[in-house]
Amino acid sequence: MAEAPLLSLRGVTKAYPGVVANQDVDLTIQAGEIHALLGENGAGKSTLVKMIYGVVEPDTGQMAFNGKPYFPKSPNDARATGIGMVFQHFSLFEAMTVAENIALGLPGVVVGRELSDEIISVSENYGLSIQPDARIGTLSMGERQKVEIVRCLLQQPKLLIMDEPTSVLTPQEADKLFLTLRKLAAEGCAILYISHKLEEIRALCDAATVLRQGKVVEQCIPADETAATMAQMMIGDTPVNRVARVTRPGEVRLVVDELSLPRIETFGVDLTNISLTLRSGEVLGIAGIAGNGQSELMQALIGERRSPRPTTIRLMGNPVGYDGPEKRRRKRMAFIPEERLGHGTVPVMSLLENTFVTARDQRKLEKAGFMNFAAAARFADEVIEAFRVRAGRAENSEAGSLSGGNLQKFIVGREILQDPKVLIASQPTWGVDAGAAAEIHNALLTLADAGTAILVLSQDLDELRTISDRIAVIAGGRLSAARPAAKISVEEIGLMMGGELELEAAE
Amino acid sequence: MIKLVPRTRSSRSLVVLTPVVAIALTVLASAILFAMLGKDPGPAVLATFYRPLTDHYALTEILVKATPLILIACGLSLGFRANVWNIGAEGQFTMGALCGGAVALAFYDVQGYWLLPLMCLAGVAGGMAWAAVPAFLKTRFQTNEILTSLMLTYVAILLLSVLVHGPLKDPEGLNFPESRLFHDSAILPLLFDETRVHIGFLIALVVVVVTHIVLWRHIFGYQIKVQGEADRVARFAGFVQNRIVWRCLLISGGLAGLAGVFEAAGPVGQLVPALPTGYGFTAIIVAFLGRLHPVGILFGGFVMALTYIGGETAQMEMQMPKAVTSVFQGLLLFFLLGIDFLVRYRVVLTTRRRSAEG
Amino acid sequence: MDMATLTSIVAAVIVASTPLLFAALGELVTERAGVLNLGVEGMMVMGAVVGFSVTYESDSHLLGVLASAAAGAMMALIFGVLTQLLLANQVATGLALTMFGLGASALWGQSYTGLSGKLMGNVDIPLLSEIPVIGPLLFRHDPMVYLCFVLLVAVWWFLTRTRKGMILRAVGENHGAAHALGYRVVMVRLAAIMFGGACAGLGGAYLSIVQTPLWADGMTAGRGWIALAIVVFAAWRPWRAMAGAYLFGGVTVLQLHAQAMGIEIESQYMSMLPYLVTIVVLVAISHDPTRARMSAPGSLGKTFFSTS
Repeated sequence: MAEAPLLSLRGVTKAYPGVVANQDVDLTIQAGEIHALLGENGAGKSTLVKMIYGVVEPDTGQMAFNGKPYFPKSPNDARATGIGMVFQHFSLFEAMTVAENIALGLPGVVVGRELSDEIISVSENYGLSIQPDARIGTLSMGERQKVEIVRCLLQQPKLLIMDEPTSVLTPQEADKLFLTLRKLAAEGCAILYISHKLEEIRALCDAATVLRQGKVVEQCIPADETAATMAQMMIGDTPVNRVARVTRPGEVRLVVDELSLPRIETFGVDLTNISLTLRSGEVLGIAGIAGNGQSELMQALIGERRSPRPTTIRLMGNPVGYDGPEKRRRKRMAFIPEERLGHGTVPVMSLLENTFVTARDQRKLEKAGFMNFAAAARFADEVIEAFRVRAGRAENSEAGSLSGGNLQKFIVGREILQDPKVLIASQPTWGVDAGAAAEIHNALLTLADAGTAILVLSQDLDELRTISDRIAVIAGGRLSAARPAAKISVEEIGLMMGGELELEAAE
Repeated sequence: MIKLVPRTRSSRSLVVLTPVVAIALTVLASAILFAMLGKDPGPAVLATFYRPLTDHYALTEILVKATPLILIACGLSLGFRANVWNIGAEGQFTMGALCGGAVALAFYDVQGYWLLPLMCLAGVAGGMAWAAVPAFLKTRFQTNEILTSLMLTYVAILLLSVLVHGPLKDPEGLNFPESRLFHDSAILPLLFDETRVHIGFLIALVVVVVTHIVLWRHIFGYQIKVQGEADRVARFAGFVQNRIVWRCLLISGGLAGLAGVFEAAGPVGQLVPALPTGYGFTAIIVAFLGRLHPVGILFGGFVMALTYIGGETAQMEMQMPKAVTSVFQGLLLFFLLGIDFLVRYRVVLTTRRRSAEG
Repeated sequence: MDMATLTSIVAAVIVASTPLLFAALGELVTERAGVLNLGVEGMMVMGAVVGFSVTYESDSHLLGVLASAAAGAMMALIFGVLTQLLLANQVATGLALTMFGLGASALWGQSYTGLSGKLMGNVDIPLLSEIPVIGPLLFRHDPMVYLCFVLLVAVWWFLTRTRKGMILRAVGENHGAAHALGYRVVMVRLAAIMFGGACAGLGGAYLSIVQTPLWADGMTAGRGWIALAIVVFAAWRPWRAMAGAYLFGGVTVLQLHAQAMGIEIESQYMSMLPYLVTIVVLVAISHDPTRARMSAPGSLGKTFFSTS
């Protein structure tokens, strides 16, 4: 290729206290190319892209755009150069209109008839219909992403960066997005597509750069690879296969009976007639894209939110719908929430102090209101040892100072060592390195073998297919019937998540 | 360029050092203030901040002033840690004085050891009742407690005024708006003769110890800390937020009310409209000065009391207005807030390396 | 009730409400940018003392008004530096500002207590003030009343129709997103904070220059706190702030005229009314959670810390 590349990075490095996010990265993107940036969570994709977009500056290295040196000091510089970006976590203003949000992203633009017309014409051109006067808060995730894209397109970018765009889309919405991106590429706009979804990259992208732990490990052409070979580049080892488990589910431990809850958050999801049955010794996985009712369901199961009737949730026959989390734990339920910091643990408190969050009753950490620090220390040490948590001493290590994987192991260990009858976990290995994730999966399966009933909510289909006996799908606040994991296909799950296939009501 | 980077752990040494530096800066700023007002800064600063520490009577006055500050601030610190902002302590203080004082006046011709404890109970109850209103409004209607507790402060002060002008006025007095002087059974016993230091000071010390135990050894203190640091974790742990709000407001209201009845039955000795002198607001500063820690509050109470005495000295010897005390106190809090960030953040000088001129 | 009484009552209400509206408009802009400044009382009282003293010394109302705005803005700048640059807690800093303002104003006003200033005369707006009935009622007031109304329109226009106003609203709604877009959150907030201080200063000056041309220690008497309540009452919208200011001003006037109207209550109970009404209003707004959340700026009171 004699053409100068559109964007080229050479030896780019960025370090933060305690971690090197990017090490000596080289990257080359041609005009009109759809280029994938591939890597697991924490591989350094987001940091690299922040540097390209001017949000942070590299410590060392060179960047060039269209042959000229490129040193953006801010996103404004990046946009002026011709780079647009759609973030994974949208920077939108919920209480303001589509037109206002777009105007905020464009320098010097005022909201008015002219802008509205432009918005409509551009959006229709690329098949992204949106209403300029709608308030963002009323739009779905897919529609909000369209607003983000239109905002970028109005500046006629030469390079469009998409950060994990399909993480909030249904498979059908993702297909529509791909059409838009292909049209853009055909017109000469390059796309930098960040993802860890291998099939998508194979379907969409012309070239790929693979990052692992901050370094470039591979550059390839996705069409020439298989999902398996790309996964190997990403993870470095052969992916773990599904553990063959012989399960003989025992007595019914947990029943959710037609749970319907109206949303509290303005942008929350109503739960409608959710029913499920969980037996001793089995792992039930609930698949779903974030924002489809998982948080609301967790709140109801934990007891942070009261159910409509006490019998809506029954623990071994016992109605617990009105019970708070403390009472449910006394009845031997345990919970692992989605966010480790700020929900599962207090970041500024030590691991020892954090044992009091859930284990007060089970491990007798409290006597007449006074805290028993000796007992808590013993428990914390037990957890740290049994689950190989890499931390200092329990009373000195602040939860916030642990790595994601280690903290998650601590939280999982804290719950498992309370010997619960029912364990409910949400995104148990999100943001956790592969090694720790495997340990956590093993621990869960061991617990199930010992008789505990386990419910796992996760966005990661691979995870669910690895550990679950049965899988159900949550979409739009409704739950499908649970089917044996071996018998359900990815296509079926994908379609159900988009609401296409008729969801059968659970028994 | 300068960047602020959050510390992973608060710097222990700076936590203690910053209030000291803030105090030093306040003294410095006061010197400048004196100079600007045409007074000789050196002697003025000495008279204001140093001499009270060497004068025996002034020292006892510091104890007298510190007592209500410590009592109220300990109560407030619990709430502040849990993000419950009781700004109406002045009103609860007033109601405590009013209720306790009313009991004293009701039995003005009766002697007995039981009267003082009864007055204290009434004072605590009065303060609690006044704090119960913002507690109820917050838990039931999600109404912000800052504004409700504050509005009630003005109501309480007006209530004291109207009652002292009317039903509680001394019938044998000269029609001045003040109550009878409290009789012997209704006056707090003194700790040291020839001073105004009363047993309230001992009670304040006890409250400091109890607050410490609650915060670090009791589950209620743990609930407060978790609620304040990460309220989602508090909910996850099963701590009921409403209960925490009620308890914090009632405790701080009760302690403020107790401080109020102590003030009425101690240094003042009667009910007058001018009884509330701002301890409820100053206690907020004491709580922050002491970093919401009971021992810190103990010292902070002494420091603030010193600014009161110093202000009085400045008033008498240098003809400054009474308000100069507020200026000292405001400055102290400004400096404390200003350098507090050093405790939570590190100042980092970064150099940017570029491989070509930009 | 005859025309003269009606006119004097309306005038009294306007006089009572105008300082509240000045301060409320300023705080409204500050809060729309996401900052909660509890120091309104301190900024107002500084505006009052500076306004009075400068007017007295220079014999110029204009200079006094300008000085009061500057004083309020300077006070607000202290708050701005502490909370935006040094990341201090907004509640504590606001309270400190009020405390400091009350003390500093007393110090400043020491030599001005008891002096009486020059009355700011009314200005009849030509033509409009000739309209029967409405004319004398609405168009024969002191210039600061007109300034206040102009300010109201300007604030409304700025927030809803200009790009800069849109940016300010965005900063208050979601400061993280605004920063990600490249807007300078701290700069916008500092500007809003200083504007709020200037308005509070004007409100204070109204008290000491127009309402009663004199200075007295603590003459704002809690109006700054009522202004804060008005902002919430108004659901952060300028026109509703006017309604709120007039409501509270009206209650104050009612309390003053109660005795004349034959109501036999101790004056202190009447004085309690504005505060009690404020509480009732606060409960009314806050008890509906969706309504409360949709109205309030999303980042209100949260400290902005940039991680990049």
